[in-house]
Amino acid sequence: MTEPILRLENIHKTYGSNEILKGVSLDCQEGEVVVIIGPSGTGKSTLLRCINLLTWPEQGKVWLDGKEITEEGVDLNKVRQHIGMLFQDFNLFNHLTAIENIKIGLTKVLGLSKEEAQERAMQELHHVGLEDKHDHYPGQLSGGQKQRVAIARSLAMRPRVMLFDEPTSALDPELIGEVLEVMKLLAEEGMTMIVVTHEMGFARDVSDRIIFMEGGDIVEQGSPAEIIHNPKHERTAKFLGRINEIHAVDQ
Amino acid sequence: MADFLEFMVLALPEYYKGLQVTFQIAGVALLSGFIIGLPVSLMRVYGRGLVRWLAIGFIELLRGTPLLVFLFVVYYGLPEMGLTLSAILSAYLALGLNSGAYQAEYFRGSIQAVGRGQMMAARSIGMTRFQAIWYIIVPQALRLAIPAWTNEAVSMVKYTSVVYLIAVPDLLTRSKWLASKYFNPIESYLSVAVVYIVIVGILTLLVNYIERRLRIPGLEIESRAHH
Repeated sequence: MTEPILRLENIHKTYGSNEILKGVSLDCQEGEVVVIIGPSGTGKSTLLRCINLLTWPEQGKVWLDGKEITEEGVDLNKVRQHIGMLFQDFNLFNHLTAIENIKIGLTKVLGLSKEEAQERAMQELHHVGLEDKHDHYPGQLSGGQKQRVAIARSLAMRPRVMLFDEPTSALDPELIGEVLEVMKLLAEEGMTMIVVTHEMGFARDVSDRIIFMEGGDIVEQGSPAEIIHNPKHERTAKFLGRINEIHAVDQ
Repeated sequence: MADFLEFMVLALPEYYKGLQVTFQIAGVALLSGFIIGLPVSLMRVYGRGLVRWLAIGFIELLRGTPLLVFLFVVYYGLPEMGLTLSAILSAYLALGLNSGAYQAEYFRGSIQAVGRGQMMAARSIGMTRFQAIWYIIVPQALRLAIPAWTNEAVSMVKYTSVVYLIAVPDLLTRSKWLASKYFNPIESYLSVAVVYIVIVGILTLLVNYIERRLRIPGLEIESRAHH
């Protein structure tokens, strides 16, 4: 087995007196699509933020491409250039147009010239199907469009891994599809993706592995077929039973 | 009524000179307030330890005293400690620092209104804290602060009237001169009130126009994107 592109070991995170993550360990291979499911408040988002160290775990280590990023003296800003993150609230920069949202990371962080940035930004907007909206402000875009621009913004940085924190949870149902389509495309192109979501259809059709988290730890993980049709733990089955009701996944 | 208008015509040249001083003081105070207020608000929001406490101290001190009291402290009190400033410099200093403290609070509010998600998104593409603050937070915070700031700008014209009490020849002071000269306090003070109203009215219209031109869809103070 090849060296995993991402590795988490024994991640603990406490907020106040609440231990949110109770020693989570996880490996992810290059090109793998991992979906994390579980009840709200169970630490899934916190776990994602511990991967790019927007949140610091009290205990535990993280490796990216074989290099430990939780070590002293690591330039986290450089590391974060290689890890893309998508948010439930999109978090597009509201004072910038769609294309400027993408260009700003390219010019200020990667140091590309304005022309190179323009070219790459338009390329990524085209990639997500929104090149005609390049001069629109986030306030003029629908939720689905905002999330796709956010994906383009992440992609432009040429990340090694992309983390999706409930990317469609804030979207109206008819807008969810366009975002999942783009995510499916990225998966087909070989992007390594870790996705926290409730979209079981996506999990079933696109993921290589599903992880069920509850109470701050991984309860079980396996292929979509195993988890959806043959969960080993009662809690997994219970959670899936409820989520299947909501999302009407046909078995 | 005819007498009043006659008096107005008489008074206007004097008021014009006073207005120049008023605008001068208002302009300097507003600008100084901005130059002081923005960094102080950043210290308040993003600073740690001593830096943050210095900012809080400054803001509470300046907002804790009435503007007039602070003006007297500067004009009458500082000479006791060896620093004597002219009336106009005292005006600049007192009004500038006072405005700085209030502007710092407006900016703190608008910085916090920008939201933590923006900082997270900026850091997640590899920006340093400084880059995130400079390129992402502050530009949005400034735009969100426009209504409060323009309000401060227009109000500043009125606040400058306190300098009357340290004999700076602004608009209000001139009306007092006229009142003394012509023995008509009612007409003098009413006429200067009219001038203030007209000036504030014009500035308000101007400021509304500027706000409209600067508006970015989706970046308003009540904006919360929900779909």
